[in-house]
Amino acid sequence: MSSPFSINGGACVAMVGKDCVAIACDLRLGLQALTVSNNFPKIFQYGDHVFLGLTGLATDVTTVSDLFRYKVNMYRLREERHIAPRTFANLVSSSLYERRFGPWFVSPVVAGLEPKTGKPFICGFDSIGCIDFAKDFIVSGTATDQLFGMCESLWEPNLGPDELFETISQALLNAVDRDALSGWGAHVYIIEKDKVTKRLLKGRQD
Amino acid sequence: MPGFDFSNYNRNAALHARGMPLPKATSTGTTIVGCIFDGGVVIAADTRATSGPIVADKNCEKLHYISPNIWCAGAGTAADTEFTTAIVSSQLELHALSTGRKPRVVTCMTLLKQHLFRYQGYVGAYLVVAGVDPTGTHLFTVHAHGSTDKLPYVTMGSGSLAAMSVFETQWKPQLTRDEAVKLCADAIEAGIWNDLGSGSNVDVAVITAEKTTLMRNYLRPNERTQKLGRYVFEKGTTAVLNEKIIRKEDLSKFVTVHDLPTETGDDKMEIDV
Repeated sequence: MSSPFSINGGACVAMVGKDCVAIACDLRLGLQALTVSNNFPKIFQYGDHVFLGLTGLATDVTTVSDLFRYKVNMYRLREERHIAPRTFANLVSSSLYERRFGPWFVSPVVAGLEPKTGKPFICGFDSIGCIDFAKDFIVSGTATDQLFGMCESLWEPNLGPDELFETISQALLNAVDRDALSGWGAHVYIIEKDKVTKRLLKGRQD
Repeated sequence: MPGFDFSNYNRNAALHARGMPLPKATSTGTTIVGCIFDGGVVIAADTRATSGPIVADKNCEKLHYISPNIWCAGAGTAADTEFTTAIVSSQLELHALSTGRKPRVVTCMTLLKQHLFRYQGYVGAYLVVAGVDPTGTHLFTVHAHGSTDKLPYVTMGSGSLAAMSVFETQWKPQLTRDEAVKLCADAIEAGIWNDLGSGSNVDVAVITAEKTTLMRNYLRPNERTQKLGRYVFEKGTTAVLNEKIIRKEDLSKFVTVHDLPTETGDDKMEIDV
């Protein structure tokens, strides 16, 4: 039996641009080599400018995304305000570390804009909550190696929203085409201060 | 110490028993060092975080704040070093507040070793604890199983042998501040070049009785050169099947706002009507 991280497959990537951030995921849900669904999005929204990407074991992706919906709703009721991406990242981190000795099999990615300054914020986590604050990009999932290669060569600083969309889309699409467990279409979110654009990409269906 | 949640443990252990490998945690396969000098102590670390053979973070922070006069360098499982230092930092702050005294390095070291010993090495934090308190300058190492050492110069992590070779050839008693900083930075560099688990930059923290100076990226010997080519794609390269734009002003389409007539006069509750 293979690792719980590579049973269902899936990939996710986040990138920083100029006054904007992007987060993208593939849509495959598989059972080892058998594809079960080509409509299993792995990006979840927890506020106007707060997005979470979850790859790994699909049952945990669903459970953890619901758990954070509950936790963020409780935060909003208690604090009477929306959660900031940095606060959300710390919530994710401590929630994962609480299960240090029985972890969720997920590799989360947080992307968003800081509420007051509008500054881009992205970070990634391992399955036990260690935060990776990056200034450029974060990758996760079964196509991690391929995504690292694509992002390291395609990404550059200060990309505008349109350029960032093409860059993240091409990085994801070409990475998942070299991963048998990921692909089957993709969702891309471009997050700007006054609007969020969600696009469904045309991807290979094999 | 708020406990861990073990509710996934049995599920994961059952999975593991059927041949599933354990999840890959980010580890700081690290070089960390510490060195006492006349009037204070220096700690230093590299900035590479790894996940197996992949470099997960090229510029992470391995020097952790405990209190203004105590800092910690961490090696081992990244999440464990991050959270154990954070927990002890919070405990020490409360302890300082309730006693009205400055926190001591031995207290910090004891809290760390007791926490780590309780978890029998499963909390994989390997730490260098350094600080100056009213009793003097202190430098300790704490291993994940709970053992501690007190030495004038220490190294830890996968690059500890490379770093120690620098200390063993160049260390001398009664170092000055600048000599100690140079020695520690050289030791970390030995790890950066010769240990595959360590890399990127050198972070240094100097702690004296007066103040702590954190020198983030004190050395950057691995600066990335400007890319010569550009791979910015023309707009419209990617085929899009569907597009949805959500603007702030469009939210009014989904949320309706009604002005309610304000009650005039008495604000008696209408329960008894």
